Amino acid sequence: MFRMTKRFINIIQGFYKENVMKHLYKFTSVFFLLVLLPLFADAAPVTPHLNTGDTAWMMVATALVMLMTIPGLALFYGGLVRRKNILNVFMQSFMLMAVISIEWVTVGYSLAFGSSTGALAPFIGGSHWFFLHGIHIGDISPYFISHSQPSGEIINGSPVMVGTIPHIAFILFQMMFAVITPALMIGAFAERIKFRGFLIFSVLWALIIYNPVAHWVWSSDGWLARMGALDFAGGTVVHINAGIAALVMAVMLGKRHDYQGHAVPPHNIPFVAIGAALLWFGWFGFNAGSGLAADGLAANAFLVTQIAAATAALTWALLEWFIGGKPTLVGVATGAVAGLVAITPAAGFVGVSGALIIGMTVSVVCFVMVAYVKTKLGYDDTLDAFGVHGMGGIVGALLTGFLASPLVQGGAKGFFYGNPHQLTVQTLAVLATLLYSGGGTFVLFLVVDKLFGLRATPKEEAIGLDEAMHGETAYTVFD
Amino acid sequence: MKKIEAIVRKSKFEDVKKALYEAGIEWFSYWEITGLGKSTEEQVVRGQVFESHFIQRYMLSIVLRDRFLGTTINAIIKAGRTGQMGDGKIFVYDIDEAYRIRTGETGPEALYNKENGNGIAK
Repeated sequence: MFRMTKRFINIIQGFYKENVMKHLYKFTSVFFLLVLLPLFADAAPVTPHLNTGDTAWMMVATALVMLMTIPGLALFYGGLVRRKNILNVFMQSFMLMAVISIEWVTVGYSLAFGSSTGALAPFIGGSHWFFLHGIHIGDISPYFISHSQPSGEIINGSPVMVGTIPHIAFILFQMMFAVITPALMIGAFAERIKFRGFLIFSVLWALIIYNPVAHWVWSSDGWLARMGALDFAGGTVVHINAGIAALVMAVMLGKRHDYQGHAVPPHNIPFVAIGAALLWFGWFGFNAGSGLAADGLAANAFLVTQIAAATAALTWALLEWFIGGKPTLVGVATGAVAGLVAITPAAGFVGVSGALIIGMTVSVVCFVMVAYVKTKLGYDDTLDAFGVHGMGGIVGALLTGFLASPLVQGGAKGFFYGNPHQLTVQTLAVLATLLYSGGGTFVLFLVVDKLFGLRATPKEEAIGLDEAMHGETAYTVFD
Repeated sequence: MKKIEAIVRKSKFEDVKKALYEAGIEWFSYWEITGLGKSTEEQVVRGQVFESHFIQRYMLSIVLRDRFLGTTINAIIKAGRTGQMGDGKIFVYDIDEAYRIRTGETGPEALYNKENGNGIAK
């Protein structure tokens, strides 16, 4: 009995010893692996991981930017036109959302953000991403601003860096920019353009004007990007680009037949205000999303967007108060949009003081442009697409050259922080965009007008484009 | 029976309404009208100041007994006048017949301002 017991204990002891040792061995090896593995990290294969926080924010930001075109811009412009033309403005916005989205995934994205070889590389992307060919759901965005990681690939001895969001999320975010840019131009030719001509013009414009300019500024190969032009969220690519094209369209199309040399009172000011509010709201996605990450830079962009819009709205109201006697809701809405336009290129480069200066300056410049210069020059920019977006974009791009602060992004210093060269680069970017977009739009207008016709007939204009182009009326009676 | 159509300033509408009640008019219809002519009013859109030819007024339509006509017209003129250009117009028409749909009453009996109703008649 005793022997048996002792033997039993021996067995148990042995078992125990063996297992503890085994565990100890296991533990030690895991411990050594954990401690030592990082030392050999270079040798081990690296796979980039997407950051779920960044990805979640970018999807929300994309949806916010979508909201800017429909219904934001559609309501803003739709309320400003006469009641017989509101559906046409809505229709233009909706159709651009449909058509440019398709243009973007088929060819647009590749031309704007793809890469080509040889002399064309700084000017336009190649065809390798047509129909998003070769882009898979697991791919990480090759574009990034503040969050990056090694992709595991090494070219010429240095690791290739990628972002932290899916490539597809980046494509979608940029798609919404491609949609809103031609939509901004609606304001210049509203109330007098043929729908078919408008649609053909807009698609061609997106193809041959928007895509190259986006490539210049945002692609890593782009010649303006390489020169160091700063455009955080599209002051040059979106607003100057659309603004100057809008001016060319307004001049080439000619005035509305009943144009009296001044703005026509808006038919629905609550729509204008709701539209401006939705633009303001969506702009947080536009600007704070442009850092392609959910981080401090995004929060800073959010902050300066809010402050610039607020300052510009207040400035416009004060100007009207002093000059016209009464602050108007249309004025405040216009001022807010002007502030948002101007802070767009600067959102990732300036702090609060920069936002205050930009907001105040842009309102004064746009006010003078809309209230005095346009009247003096006599062109019929129906809803001031150039006066607000073109001029606002120019003010924003140039002020970025002055105000870019190294406290926000270390590499970006403006004139006031000891880098006058930045202002030269910004000016060049503005001029290049004005020239290319203005000239390209001029040629495109002539071609589309010749082949398809762009100007609505006097009769169509008189009965209103809602009825003439779409056979629908917004309020069931004619105006 | 007469019908008065009066064009009055929007800013004077409340005064005219009060004066009409005091003159014994219990019910009238009105709507916004836009006039277009040589006259202009200053308008501001987005900082652009210009003279607009479109001028907004209220149009009032009142059907009443013949003997109320004088007091009603005086009430409108007195209450609606500012002395500036653009105070408006009053037009008077004859009404051939009136019917109350509910009862089938005809003539002056069909109107709101009844002869002996509630001591309103003056």
